[in-house]
Amino acid sequence: MTAPVLTEIPPDQPTDSTPVARRRSMATPVGYLVAVIVALFALAPLIYVLIGGFRTTGELANQPLGLPHPWVWSNYTDVLANGSFWRQVVNSILIAVSVTVLVVLCGAMAAFVLSRYAFRGREVMYNFFTIGLLFPAGAAILPLYLLMRNLNLLDTPWAVALPEAAFALPLTIVILRPFMRNIPAELEDAAVIDGCSRFGFFWRILLPLSGPALTTVGILAFVTSWNAYLLPFLLLSEPNQFTLPLGTATFNSQYSQDTAKILAFTALSMVPALTFFMIAQRRIIGGLTGAVKG
Amino acid sequence: MAATSATAPTASRLRPGRRGGPRSSGRKRWEIGLFLAPAVLLYVGFVIVPMVMALFYSGFKWNGLEPLTRFVGLDNYKRALSDPVFLGAIWHNAIFILLSVVIQLPLAVSLALLVNRKMRGRATLRMILFAPYVLSEVITAVAWLLILQPDGPVDVLLQKIGLGHYVQLWLADGNLVLYTLFVVITWKYIGFGIILFLAGLQGVPKELSEAASIDGAGPWQITRHITLPLLGPTIRVQIFLSIIGCLQLFDLIWIMTLGGPANASSTMVTYIIQRGFQRSQFGYGSAVAVILFTISFAFALVYQRFVLRRDTEGAMTRMVG
Repeated sequence: MTAPVLTEIPPDQPTDSTPVARRRSMATPVGYLVAVIVALFALAPLIYVLIGGFRTTGELANQPLGLPHPWVWSNYTDVLANGSFWRQVVNSILIAVSVTVLVVLCGAMAAFVLSRYAFRGREVMYNFFTIGLLFPAGAAILPLYLLMRNLNLLDTPWAVALPEAAFALPLTIVILRPFMRNIPAELEDAAVIDGCSRFGFFWRILLPLSGPALTTVGILAFVTSWNAYLLPFLLLSEPNQFTLPLGTATFNSQYSQDTAKILAFTALSMVPALTFFMIAQRRIIGGLTGAVKG
Repeated sequence: MAATSATAPTASRLRPGRRGGPRSSGRKRWEIGLFLAPAVLLYVGFVIVPMVMALFYSGFKWNGLEPLTRFVGLDNYKRALSDPVFLGAIWHNAIFILLSVVIQLPLAVSLALLVNRKMRGRATLRMILFAPYVLSEVITAVAWLLILQPDGPVDVLLQKIGLGHYVQLWLADGNLVLYTLFVVITWKYIGFGIILFLAGLQGVPKELSEAASIDGAGPWQITRHITLPLLGPTIRVQIFLSIIGCLQLFDLIWIMTLGGPANASSTMVTYIIQRGFQRSQFGYGSAVAVILFTISFAFALVYQRFVLRRDTEGAMTRMVG
């Protein structure tokens, strides 16, 4: 038996820092040119939104490509002073955190049983969860709406959080199971000899050791929920309950005449996601590619 | 993955003390149930049950409020499959799939090969390319909506560089809207493809291309005959993901065009929302949802069976060898 590998998910290996082993061909000047063009194409829309937020709507209409002259702060300060922006941020956080907690907790418990117990029907159970990867949320949306209406949950954070967590569950289990499986059985034996119960092993040893994988699935669930539009759009109609994406879309149609303010609102709603991305870049990229390749 | 299942025996098999007696097996069953219950409840309640309900509702003519009494059998399906608007929506999904595989995928591979080279600012470039993927579809849609508006930045830019006669009604021209949307989709999702291929390229041993280059192979030959074949599994996974993604397209399109003008950019999911939700045809919308589900599922099964299977087999033989 080979030494157990603890990381099923390769963290995004930064090739820059790997030692000499990897020599690669140098980029040509054409390569640099293409790189610059591509980077500009990726960034231009974001820069337009960010800078446009500092201009006035009249200026934007007359000279769509100009720089702010003078720089106007009122678009941004208006949005920030507006209670609804902050309420949407809070709603989004509340829902995304609930989804993350739910999915990590339920997913970890299920993956624990599916990876470390031998019982009949285990693989059936596992496959039952994995086919969920193929279910398009769009196909379940009408019954979900009716279900939430029957449960009297429409216009509550739960209406969105519960289905989002449920739809995130398959990927979570698919990532967690191989990871938990690779935690050496000797550890469990040792724990049992020391008088640890199955639950104690799960709680005190397995969960802490699964930290990296739990972080990955947690971040994936959080980001997915943070960006989601379809479910909030159908299940929340009360503006006080809107999430940030739903609020951004609504703001866009409500203030369609005031381009500058829309740009400021959109720019501000980019900030949390981009900040989060900067902080957790490795995990997000590594998690996504690892999950897909696994 | 095949390796892990072979090398990791389940813990319970290693500990004879716990197995056997009826008491312990009862206890074990109880534990299994307890640990699985929350996930099963959540998953069955909010994924499986709605899917099954969609199948059930699809047999009725129903507005979502009255009692379910008007059973119509397969009528909703017949109606959907003979509605030119729905067939158009399927066709649009198909166009998006085709464009993704034929244009977006080769572009992503090329860019990944480019970024994989040694160059200054590579890490920054990677981050920039990935940034659009992290932003929500809503932000993408709103930003591009403003950028593409008539006399907006794109039009002015084209005029400034002397291409003014190429200015179009990007989102209001029924013949063009799909392609405009495809550009936006590419902007949003290509970063994911690039990152995936970069991860795949890490698995391509450098020694192979070095050996080939010593034998006199040029960079193009190395790419064509060594790198691309070894990237094969990643390419097949990426094709799978982008097809599944294309089948579910909704957010971007809904915010940018509502499926318009005149249904020219509708997709299966925008059609479900329009008919099922906005016109309260819950039975009919459910039938369409079942069709969408069937298409996704059938595609996934066929693709897994005939395309992805080669990869798992390849992985296994490589391990044995």
